[in-house]
Amino acid sequence: MTIGTSRRPALPFAITAERRLETPRLLPLTTTLGAVGVALVISGFLILLIGGDPIASFGHIIVSAFGSVGVLSDTLVKATPLIFTGLACALAFRMRLWNIGAEGQFYLGAWGASLIVLAPVVPPGTPGIVTIPLMVLAGLVAGAVWGFIAGWLRARFNVNEIITTLMLNYIAILWVRFWVFGPWSEGGFQLSRQFPKEAWLPRLTDLSSVLTVFSGLTVHLGLAFGIVAAILVWFVLKRTRKGYEIRLIGDNPQAANYAGVNIRRNIMLVMLASGGLAGLAGMAEVGGVVHRMQDAISPGYGFTGVIIAYLAKFNPLYVVFAAIAFGALILAGREIQPAGIPSMIQGVILFCVIASDVLLRYKIRLVRR
Amino acid sequence: MTETTLAVEMRGIVKRFPGLVANDHVDFDLRQGEVHALLGENGAGKSTLMNILAGLYHADEGEILVDGAPVRFVSPRDAIAAGLGMIHQHFTLVPSLTVTENILLGLDEPRFRLDLARYEDAIRKLAEEVGLRVDPSAKVWQLSVGEQQRVEILKMLYRGARILIMDEPTAVLAPQETEELFRTLRGMTSRGESIVFISHKLDEVLAIADRITVLRRGKVTASGTPAAGKTKPDLARLMVGREVLESIEKVPSVPGAVVLELDGVSAVNDKGLAALRDVALQVRSGEIVGLAGVAGNGQSELAQVVTGLRPCHGRIHVQGRDVANRPAIVAIESGVAHVPEDRNGTGSAPNLSVADNMIMKSYRLPPIANGWFLNVVIARQRAEELKAEYEVAAPTIDTQARLLSGGNLQRLIFAREITSEPKLIVAVQPTRGLDVGAIETVHRLLLAQRAAGTAILLVSEDLDEILALADRVAVIYEGRIAGVVDAEGADVHELGLMMTGTPGHGSAVA
Repeated sequence: MTIGTSRRPALPFAITAERRLETPRLLPLTTTLGAVGVALVISGFLILLIGGDPIASFGHIIVSAFGSVGVLSDTLVKATPLIFTGLACALAFRMRLWNIGAEGQFYLGAWGASLIVLAPVVPPGTPGIVTIPLMVLAGLVAGAVWGFIAGWLRARFNVNEIITTLMLNYIAILWVRFWVFGPWSEGGFQLSRQFPKEAWLPRLTDLSSVLTVFSGLTVHLGLAFGIVAAILVWFVLKRTRKGYEIRLIGDNPQAANYAGVNIRRNIMLVMLASGGLAGLAGMAEVGGVVHRMQDAISPGYGFTGVIIAYLAKFNPLYVVFAAIAFGALILAGREIQPAGIPSMIQGVILFCVIASDVLLRYKIRLVRR
Repeated sequence: MTETTLAVEMRGIVKRFPGLVANDHVDFDLRQGEVHALLGENGAGKSTLMNILAGLYHADEGEILVDGAPVRFVSPRDAIAAGLGMIHQHFTLVPSLTVTENILLGLDEPRFRLDLARYEDAIRKLAEEVGLRVDPSAKVWQLSVGEQQRVEILKMLYRGARILIMDEPTAVLAPQETEELFRTLRGMTSRGESIVFISHKLDEVLAIADRITVLRRGKVTASGTPAAGKTKPDLARLMVGREVLESIEKVPSVPGAVVLELDGVSAVNDKGLAALRDVALQVRSGEIVGLAGVAGNGQSELAQVVTGLRPCHGRIHVQGRDVANRPAIVAIESGVAHVPEDRNGTGSAPNLSVADNMIMKSYRLPPIANGWFLNVVIARQRAEELKAEYEVAAPTIDTQARLLSGGNLQRLIFAREITSEPKLIVAVQPTRGLDVGAIETVHRLLLAQRAAGTAILLVSEDLDEILALADRVAVIYEGRIAGVVDAEGADVHELGLMMTGTPGHGSAVA
């Protein structure tokens, strides 16, 4: 058998790829949805392989994520930190800054918000109207500082941000661990005391005395922040000078340089903003859900943010929908298995979505020999 | 012409792209042992037709015969197996590998053990046989552009190609290298190999081609007519479809105050070697100074230091303001417009829209900028106006810039740069790779700016272009200004000697 120029395969046709000159308007959406579909089929085979019933499993996921107002609310709670980390990644990726440190920035944000209550920065009994804005600010700043370290190193010394953000994740996680094992430990357990009620982000259930339908709904103010943040990021990218510069650098840094854009300053700014967004995710999680600082506070929200950013094609508005889909998968996936299969499905989805990109750039067709 | 065996025959080729028919029932044939030129403006469908022949694209209709037998190519591999090799405008070589390694790349032989010495000998022998001077053990990054092209040719011959398709092979070559290429091509045809020569340069086509096929907007306007006896105006009319003005009307210049002044400027190139040495030069308002020289003598670097894209030593004043060693924004704010050498790599953001590309220089100024915000309505309106005024042929202002042809992209860049109302325009190779119609537009725009009192530094490797447009000609050789002469009555022979560094010619009278 010979391989190479003299190769004549037995198949009567060949698959060819031609570069697309134009991308039809709806193609990005249809290929992404198609890729998710393919991913679900592959996942279905995996479930079948381990002896499960894929149809029943997916049905169960949908019912237990969207089946009632109560579980929908839980899905949105799971989606809240993902909106922020997804935005953090989408913003940085837009400029081709590969910030994969949203996880660490999340931890720092959670730590910063906790500091307000646990240090304590505000005396016990301070009303929420003061405490909560301070927590938001602290979460934002702590995450932003963590992002900025990598941004500054990249801008000043051209240090690869993939490596620095990845490594900073470990430092952040261990930093938090130091505090919950040490100064903030309650009774020797690796968690802090519970925050006072004033430091809880308001939830719908808190309004149940007024509107009883809200009773038991755990959706908190963080979701509103997240949606506002998504619109804000979209607006900045589309309608401001900075956003234009970010898009220009992301597409062609050399052209940006030629247009007189200060690329270094933008690298630092974007890493600052990206870190801040991820920090807000951490703030929302401790302030809205956990109500205390503890070890392993994130089940990988920062890394899932990378997947969400890709799924949303770096569009801030699509991030919200991708985050909700993944929130559902995380929530309902637990009913299948605490870990393992559900996160495998996430991985398969990312894989398929990234692979589907080739369909946007090339027209694939079968050609008869 | 006694040999009339057809090496290639393409019949009724149709290729449609979204929104246009790139090839509309095109017939093309190539005789054995001839150079057949495929002539046409950019976007006429020349490259598309040849990409179909080389197996990169697939025709929607039509058939291809090679040596009389019908073929159906699914990939370039099939085409190469049938003896057809295409050499693209942009080379596909790995700079860090040697010539031999590059030639072997992708072949099935050698399979595992790389006996480089043996293959080097084989390639050296082949190179000698066909008269291509290349050192097989040299690394590709050490080679000049002309030498790299020879490697590409050698690569195809080593793969057994008997029919070479060359896509605008002279676009990247210096005049001497072009002559050498032509000698090589003639040698090849005398051995029975056949060549398709894609070009839009009339002189070259007349110099090298045996027969000519002209395409205009996807259709054949002249099919395989003998080149002998044809004149440039004949071909230009076939290409463009109307009379083309050969000479440009130029009124005498009225030079005003000095706008650009360089004094003792030195800089290094990307490899850290001296590219500019103690350069002194002045450009006045209302005049065009042409910077002539053989490629790689520091022209690109000179344009970059003036526009703030490269660090340097020395003094560069634009209207009295020092812009040397400052970021690009300082030059922009001092009124320097830049038509860069690399339209795609530097001058535009390929995936952003025409509108976004139009505002690259003006987005930070009112009325497009509104504080921190962008006034998208005004930006789009401005883009629409410029698109119409400068005749940028794009479906809409939301079309991605990468979809524009070279000429249209250049119109976009000129529209953007000229509306910034510059005091100085630095135009580097502004007509390279453009078709006749677009070249005419660019020349007209530059002269209009000159008449409006703008100072223009025109960097070009095309001496004819410089002599046609410039008021004064500065010759650069090895990073030094070898001399400045008036374009009026300049002696081409003397300029040529200065460009090649012959001592005793030219004196620095900046």
